[in-house]
Amino acid sequence: MTTVQHLAPLAVVIPLLAACVIAGLSFLPRRLHEVVAIGAAIASTTLCAILLAHANDGPIVYWLGHWEPHHGVALGISLTVDQLGAGIATLTGVLVIASLVYSTRYYDEIDGPYFALVMTFMAGMVAFSLTGDLFDMFVFFELMSVAAFALTAVMIEERGPIQGAINFAVTNSVAGFGLLVGIALLYGRTGALNLAQIGLSLDHHPADALVAVALLLVVAAFLTKAAAVPFHFWLADAHAVAPAPVSILFSGVMVELGVFGAARVLSTAFAQPIEPSLHDLRMVLVGVGVVTAVVAAFSCFQQRHLKRLLAFSTISHMGIVICGVALLADRALAGAASYALGHGLAKGALFLGTGTLLHRCGAIDEFQLRGQGRDLPLLGLVFVVGALVLASAPLATTFFGKSLVEDAALSADYAWLPAVLALCSALTGAAVLRASARIFLGWGDDPQETRTESEERSQEASSREEGADVKPHTATPALLVAVPAVLMLAAVLAGLVPELVPSIERAAAHFRDHASYAGAVLSGRAPHFPPVAGAHVSATAWIYAAASTAGALLLASFGLRDRQVLPVTVADVLRAAHSGHVGDYIAWWTFGMALLGGFVLWAVAG
Amino acid sequence: MSQRGRLLLFLPSAAVLLFLLIDGLQRLTGFGHYPGPYGFVLNGVGVNQRHATNLVTAVNFDYRAFDTLGEEFILFTATTAIVLILRHMRGERERPSGDELRRENASEALRGMALAFVAALIVLGGYVVTHGALTPGGGFQGGVVLGCAAFLVFLAGEVVAMKRVAPEKLLEFADAAGAAGFALLGIGGLVFAGVFFQNFLDLGKPGSLNSAGTMPLVSISIGIEVAGAFLLVWTEFLDQAVLVRSGGGGSE
Amino acid sequence: MTFLPYAVAAWLFVVGLYGIVTSRHLVHLAVCLTVVQSSTYLILLSTGYVRHGSAPIYADIPPVATAVDPVVQALTLTDIVVESTITALLLALAVQAMKRFGSVDPTFLRQLRG
Repeated sequence: MTTVQHLAPLAVVIPLLAACVIAGLSFLPRRLHEVVAIGAAIASTTLCAILLAHANDGPIVYWLGHWEPHHGVALGISLTVDQLGAGIATLTGVLVIASLVYSTRYYDEIDGPYFALVMTFMAGMVAFSLTGDLFDMFVFFELMSVAAFALTAVMIEERGPIQGAINFAVTNSVAGFGLLVGIALLYGRTGALNLAQIGLSLDHHPADALVAVALLLVVAAFLTKAAAVPFHFWLADAHAVAPAPVSILFSGVMVELGVFGAARVLSTAFAQPIEPSLHDLRMVLVGVGVVTAVVAAFSCFQQRHLKRLLAFSTISHMGIVICGVALLADRALAGAASYALGHGLAKGALFLGTGTLLHRCGAIDEFQLRGQGRDLPLLGLVFVVGALVLASAPLATTFFGKSLVEDAALSADYAWLPAVLALCSALTGAAVLRASARIFLGWGDDPQETRTESEERSQEASSREEGADVKPHTATPALLVAVPAVLMLAAVLAGLVPELVPSIERAAAHFRDHASYAGAVLSGRAPHFPPVAGAHVSATAWIYAAASTAGALLLASFGLRDRQVLPVTVADVLRAAHSGHVGDYIAWWTFGMALLGGFVLWAVAG
Repeated sequence: MSQRGRLLLFLPSAAVLLFLLIDGLQRLTGFGHYPGPYGFVLNGVGVNQRHATNLVTAVNFDYRAFDTLGEEFILFTATTAIVLILRHMRGERERPSGDELRRENASEALRGMALAFVAALIVLGGYVVTHGALTPGGGFQGGVVLGCAAFLVFLAGEVVAMKRVAPEKLLEFADAAGAAGFALLGIGGLVFAGVFFQNFLDLGKPGSLNSAGTMPLVSISIGIEVAGAFLLVWTEFLDQAVLVRSGGGGSE
Repeated sequence: MTFLPYAVAAWLFVVGLYGIVTSRHLVHLAVCLTVVQSSTYLILLSTGYVRHGSAPIYADIPPVATAVDPVVQALTLTDIVVESTITALLLALAVQAMKRFGSVDPTFLRQLRG
């Protein structure tokens, strides 16, 4: 084995060891914990970047414990590092570094265990991206989840984090158990846990109800992590209460990993069984993506609590990424990946910016913050640029991603899809633009009296209580503005880097080539990939991007005059669904499973 | 949503979900007819390849050691989380400790028996941990038994003594050290044998204590971690229940 | 009869969910979650059972004896640890909920809405 291959497990173990050091020696000063954490994060990110550079010609397959397959039966666990996997692992690392650097100035006081939790969170996410074994994916899915539950509850002095953490924990755990049942079903049928081997085994049987139900359980678990509707209720709560440096990790990369996981199993384990049903399955999954994008976009626009606004915006953008994956085509996957890259960086920057506002002004409500951002012009610029990136303005990284997805949609006869996605981008971009104008320029009217009394009161009360315990600081450290600014710059420039989008297209094509994947993993055969023609950005893409940007500006001005885009009854129903009651969320989860299950059964086994 | 609304949404969905699960499950080869091949291959080669007689442990600590690494760190993460979540809030203070905590109505018999069992549990726990590769058991199971040994001291009515036997700092250190130990053994595989998690110690004769290479070491490392973690969790909960009383700024 | 373990497991999964949806007490909710967990253990272990097979511990049986699948046993062991830690975490949150909200009834956790 070459030296590079050994870097794969090290990228996971270095943060884990750092966590042990931090937690075991908790009496050490905070600065030392920060140094250890940031050092480990940088080391691990560098390793992931090196792996990314070397995964050009095919996945790097690393059999842990030297357990090579025995007559085609995988005995051990393989880390199968391909470009998309290494890429998302590197993005994870970058956002963790940003989060840790920001934390050094954000928290007035923070305990050592926090850094240990961030380290294990990072390790879980990196391992999830790099592994080639289905049960291993479950284990690191749970590691990510447990660390995330804990990080949601960090500000334990306040009441919100407790409720948010409980809702998050119960919903994601139930999804995890569903994943386990799916794994058991697949194991009972194929006797294998390695993704490539499962795929190979399922080749020999026609897709029946067992495969359909396993697909439902596995994909739905990942979609729950990705906050697809109606599995999404936990995300708004978790984001509202988690501190900004934690929210950047949730929105920036944890939800993206959910979609990544779904894409991974659809391209490896389930690749062959779904071949005959591609058209129907595509319809079902695109449906999920569209419903997610639309419902969340409208919910986003109604919010006045900045973090919830951004949370719903994340859900909507994940809907767009899910559409990309759902089209089950190379180009669409490339679009989804590029879009996720741009969104991760931009949304991360916006969450950190929100943290800076909370740190300075002690409030998180859009109306309460009116005009208070006037002395933070750079931050205001970051917010406005972020809004435009989220609206897929031309030349942003999200623009390139969206154009690839639109291209693929048009080839797959989903001509209406680009228009719908443009609307969603416009809505979410508008929400952030409106908030920025209100906060940084002091524009906009006061809330209108047409809103019902109780609803207004409940929103205001909840927003006010979120920020209650944070004392405003008079001096804002430069770092709290610099880190978001750097991330936003990266979000804008990434798409313009000459070879980036074409290499993502190649990576997506390799990702979906399940025959080469299986050959590389089980027989060590070097894959021969056909050359991938880079897509040119079509004229329609420019038109849609211009439309969504213009739409964002228009809707933002509506919002500034406090006009609503939805009739009051619909808006109230949407808001009432987010009751904060965990029983409601599980009821919706079950409903979603039943509905999706019925469709998947029809599509795959019918 | 009201309870009725919730049930209206949930019950039909649950019925559909139940139907889907049964539809999928009934297409498995029936109970008792495992089709393989993973299990059969391992049963065939496991003893020879690893000189371990407990193949479940062999799977956990060798063939699929990376999963166990993840699992161990989940335990570590949850423990750290509980320490974070249950830490003392501003305004809470400890009730005065001391002899008044000794439960007056704990009979001498109870105390005597419990303390006698502590020794027995330590021996049992140690046995289960070190013989992980040979007989049923392993680091996780043995670790819990060892943790129970210290916990028995509390059950005997001596909270303060338990905290002296198992102080928090020591437990945190044990938890972290055990977890790190396992990760380091993985790196040891990389350094000494060329591949991460490769078993790099002499395999020995199957059935003897010093067999299966690194597996006994892994077992011990995990045993320490699990004992530390569980005791830490129990101590935190005990603190909440017994020692801490909310001060002014507590509940609203 | 060969389907009974699977049927029970499926039932446990759904009944556990019912318990969570209708729960009025966070500790009860955590226990209902363990009911859902136990259904996953049951399914896993049932898939690996071999009729007339003994445990895969070759300490006192010949190496050629029929034994059940060791892999699912190892997986279940992993699961038990994972899922018990989640339960512990939920219970810790329940303790804090009692202190901060004054109640462990999910209906009274009304901080986050909309």
